[in-house]
Amino acid sequence: MPIDKRVSTAAEALADVGDGATVFISGFGGAGFPNVLLRALRERAPKNLTLVVNSATHRYSLTHELIAAGLVRKVVCTAARGHDKEPSPFERLWVQGKIELECVPQGTFAERIRAGGAGIPAFYTPVGFGTALAEGKEVRIFDGRQHVLEHAIKGDLALVRADTADRYGNLAFRYAQMNFGPVMATAATLALAEVATVLEEPIPHERVQLPGSYIDRVVAVGR
Amino acid sequence: MAPLNRLQMAWRAAQDIREGMLVNLGIGMPVAVADYLKPGLDVFFQSENGVIGVGPLATAERADTDLVDAGSRRITLRPGASIVDSSWSFAMIRGGHIDVTILGAFEVASNGDLANWDTRSTSKGPLVGGAMDLAAGARQVWVMMEHVTRGGAPRLLERCTLPLTAVSCVTRVYTDLAVVEITPTGLLVREMLEGMGQAELQARTGAALAFAPDCGALLAPALTLAG
Repeated sequence: MPIDKRVSTAAEALADVGDGATVFISGFGGAGFPNVLLRALRERAPKNLTLVVNSATHRYSLTHELIAAGLVRKVVCTAARGHDKEPSPFERLWVQGKIELECVPQGTFAERIRAGGAGIPAFYTPVGFGTALAEGKEVRIFDGRQHVLEHAIKGDLALVRADTADRYGNLAFRYAQMNFGPVMATAATLALAEVATVLEEPIPHERVQLPGSYIDRVVAVGR
Repeated sequence: MAPLNRLQMAWRAAQDIREGMLVNLGIGMPVAVADYLKPGLDVFFQSENGVIGVGPLATAERADTDLVDAGSRRITLRPGASIVDSSWSFAMIRGGHIDVTILGAFEVASNGDLANWDTRSTSKGPLVGGAMDLAAGARQVWVMMEHVTRGGAPRLLERCTLPLTAVSCVTRVYTDLAVVEITPTGLLVREMLEGMGQAELQARTGAALAFAPDCGALLAPALTLAG
């Protein structure tokens, strides 16, 4: 059968997602949130998820709906502070000790995911040395400077938002939509993309920003 | 002269940006620096979400929800701009390719330690974002902050009391009272408010100050904060 990664609905794309999955969610600064897939994941309602997402509280991401629905055991993120006076769903559960948090510097977050997709089990970085986020981590000196050991992150599922796809799963992004999407797709066993449009023709090679070999299913959801 | 307001502090920091620099401005007060560059200066601003060449804010009609900076502001692109993914954006930051980052802070120590990310709140979730990466990775780290807290406590200290963002990273501090370099031997005042004595500035600082032989007056044009 020729390769065709198109599926018709977000629910179909998520059909084999089960309890306990580690889920990457793209998006940063208001761009690139896979909100149609997130809504469908909440309706599917797998339990005990670990979310790997830049922000647990961004107002434009539907990540908070998974958290409010009680589907999430742990969040690995760089930002967990709500925007409003009222605590966010994450903060409400976190202060009650009902959800686990791993707060990671954003570049370390991106690089741990990149390493996960690149076959690198761990790496040293000076970022975080001497801070609360590096407590208990192995330290080694290179070129006279202290570095901390950081481990790769791999996941079961990546939910990525892009602008355009083709049947091969190739992706093109609009403006700042790209952010964590490409690295997250490389580090997940199953990578799903929601896009505004799936083209009939292949995306011209020089326009492809993530090769389709990293993507398992694409679903067109419109703007 | 009265202490500088935040726009005047941004103006003063902007005067030290040189042609051709690649600059990252922290979320909040430092983004105002972009408004006060010397006329005609050609500079690229990088944002952590992968935009290299952030232009002015978009007008309401031109605003695009996919064209944003790390602070979720709807922006435009300058000529020659490009956009990369987060992995590349942070490799640029961590690999020493950013000439200068300008960050807000709660406290800075005389050895350059920076505290700008965690106020130890137990009800608000933590937010580190790219602060640690910028502080550890940029070639120069400039801080903009008021010289003392609202309660009058010094923010320039022998040792930070708040959780650190990075060790020995800050190279210069712009306050409402002074411009201070962090040198291997400690704090060196380059400029201070006209009419303020050395003893008075020292009294508002939690670490020993040295004064540059050519220590000048800290000046800025009148700029009014909106609202």
